[in-house]
Amino acid sequence: MTPAPRVPAFVVILALVATAIASSVATTVGLTAQSAPPATPALDTLPVHGQVSLITGAGGNVAVQVGPQGVLVVDTGLEARADALIGAIRRLAGDRPIRYIVNTHAHADHTGGNLKVAAAGTQLVAGNFAAQVGDRAVQGAAPGAFIVAHENVLNALSAPKGGGAPAPFGGWPTDTFFQDERTMYFNGEGIQLVHEPSAHTDGDVLVFFRGSDVIAAGDTYVTDGFPGIDVAAGGSIAGVVESLNRLIDLAISEQFTEGGTRILPGHGRVSDEFDVVEYRDMATIVRDRVRALRQKGSTLAQVLAARPAFEYEPRYGTNRAWTTEQFVGAVYASVNQPAGTVSTTRGGNR
Amino acid sequence: MRQLLAMTGLAVITLFTAPRAASAQFDITGSYNTLLHEDQPERIPGPALGDYSGLPINDYARAFAEAWDPSRLTVPEHQCRAHSAPYIMRGPLNMRIWDERDAQTQQVLALHIDISNFQQRRVIWMDGRSHPSASAEHTWMGFSTGEWRGDMLVVTTSHIKQMWHRRNGLPQSDAVRLTEYFTLHEGVLTQVTWTDDPVYLSEPLLKTTNMRRNARPLPAQQLLYPCTAVVEIADQVRGAVPNYMPGENPFLKEYGAEFNLPEVATRGGAATTYPEFQSQLKGAGRVRNAPQSGRP
Repeated sequence: MTPAPRVPAFVVILALVATAIASSVATTVGLTAQSAPPATPALDTLPVHGQVSLITGAGGNVAVQVGPQGVLVVDTGLEARADALIGAIRRLAGDRPIRYIVNTHAHADHTGGNLKVAAAGTQLVAGNFAAQVGDRAVQGAAPGAFIVAHENVLNALSAPKGGGAPAPFGGWPTDTFFQDERTMYFNGEGIQLVHEPSAHTDGDVLVFFRGSDVIAAGDTYVTDGFPGIDVAAGGSIAGVVESLNRLIDLAISEQFTEGGTRILPGHGRVSDEFDVVEYRDMATIVRDRVRALRQKGSTLAQVLAARPAFEYEPRYGTNRAWTTEQFVGAVYASVNQPAGTVSTTRGGNR
Repeated sequence: MRQLLAMTGLAVITLFTAPRAASAQFDITGSYNTLLHEDQPERIPGPALGDYSGLPINDYARAFAEAWDPSRLTVPEHQCRAHSAPYIMRGPLNMRIWDERDAQTQQVLALHIDISNFQQRRVIWMDGRSHPSASAEHTWMGFSTGEWRGDMLVVTTSHIKQMWHRRNGLPQSDAVRLTEYFTLHEGVLTQVTWTDDPVYLSEPLLKTTNMRRNARPLPAQQLLYPCTAVVEIADQVRGAVPNYMPGENPFLKEYGAEFNLPEVATRGGAATTYPEFQSQLKGAGRVRNAPQSGRP
């Protein structure tokens, strides 16, 4: 019989030392944490890479590109946090005008601030467009930033499925596209808007700042929960996995699968390629399990009972806004759907 | 036994935490090599699949490892992954430590550690700065701050990427927090690591590692470890994630069968790390019916 491994005495002793030290630290932290947090937490601004910064706390994450031509904002958070977001943008960009908003998808925690943030910006106008703007143009600038999004975002905001109330008109996208990709050039760098046709919703775009080497992924990738799949809005697990693989394709690590391209999730912390790789692995494994169970004829209740995301529950299943059961249910509902129609040739708008 | 350990521990705590003059700090700068006598089978040939012994893992970690297929390391985006801070120092490595000082005051601002294994660089901030916000990125080496407690350097590291507690698939989450205690005795640097992982460990994981200080500096070449990902499997599909369905991993019993161990001992868990666990092993059934595996 092989005896069980014994713990050397000095390890135990050092463990006790460390326990005492750790306990004192934990006590301090615990006392600090007892202070009641503010009802509406302050927004946090974090430089990411190149010209792009991340603002958190406005609802969904907000990416802000600041340069000589002005400001481009990816997503605008919740309506209730719009004033705070504008303040954070002003602190970051000074008096540089907000020229563009890009929406990664239609959900209110990413588009709720469209109306106010757009109104806080201005756009350059000339020619026929200046004539349309008329008296609203002052010294070649018209009030209101342009809002760029896939046309499915405009559809969702202007005529929501299920008959819900549309978003305020001033918050609708002003500049939409229906191709696989839209490109822009602003502040000295190319920006790719890559449409993911059936991922979190049917209108997701990945916003790739090619010079800054940052991708704003919207809710196709989050770090604070399981992948959100709004099946009613055209989302699917196949599309989520496809969009995660696309992020991995686009990202280039600096060294040892670290650094290089930074990826901003729709919710959560700054990431790089390998963070997405682990997340993609999880989404793929859960998809495979649910698909196998469904192919055997398992009902949703049976699939939920099998807990196909078991080992990931303590990491991603603590998000009360999107539970493990909701995620598995969405995978079950969409696992037989294709990832969506994507042409093999990108750049359709050029 | 526990009373004796507790009393001894209190004595050592007093020893380590009693106020001491700053001059008691040792000079940690220099070049080091690992000493691999401790846990050699795990550190050099590597752990067997299904060997979770001695680790305070929870059921979630065990399930993760059982689904893990080593072929995942053939996927290009996995090939150049590095070990993370709680694990890397146990590997075979050369290491160089130097300090960064304020030009005016000569106070140490940071300690830098170059690690040959996966060409990693650690920065341990000694200037009292706080750790970044929860929104900041995570890295293999994480964000470290340090302080001297007598002649022991205590380093706290957060913001570590997801990796593994053992390189047979046992996961380490990105919520992990590492505390290290460095001491130097007769040219041997001892690192005690205290790893808290609220996702995959039910109790802290404690390990020790020794490194010998070199009398002479390492040649630069001994600190290099390049890695380039390549296609290893020609027909591997894009997005492949090799994994086993629950209950279908055929290799999990190899380890127990090879070493004639009770299955309960191979499965890990906090209980298996305590001396009292030996009493549970009496009469425990050995692993049987291990599949053909190709291991010698």
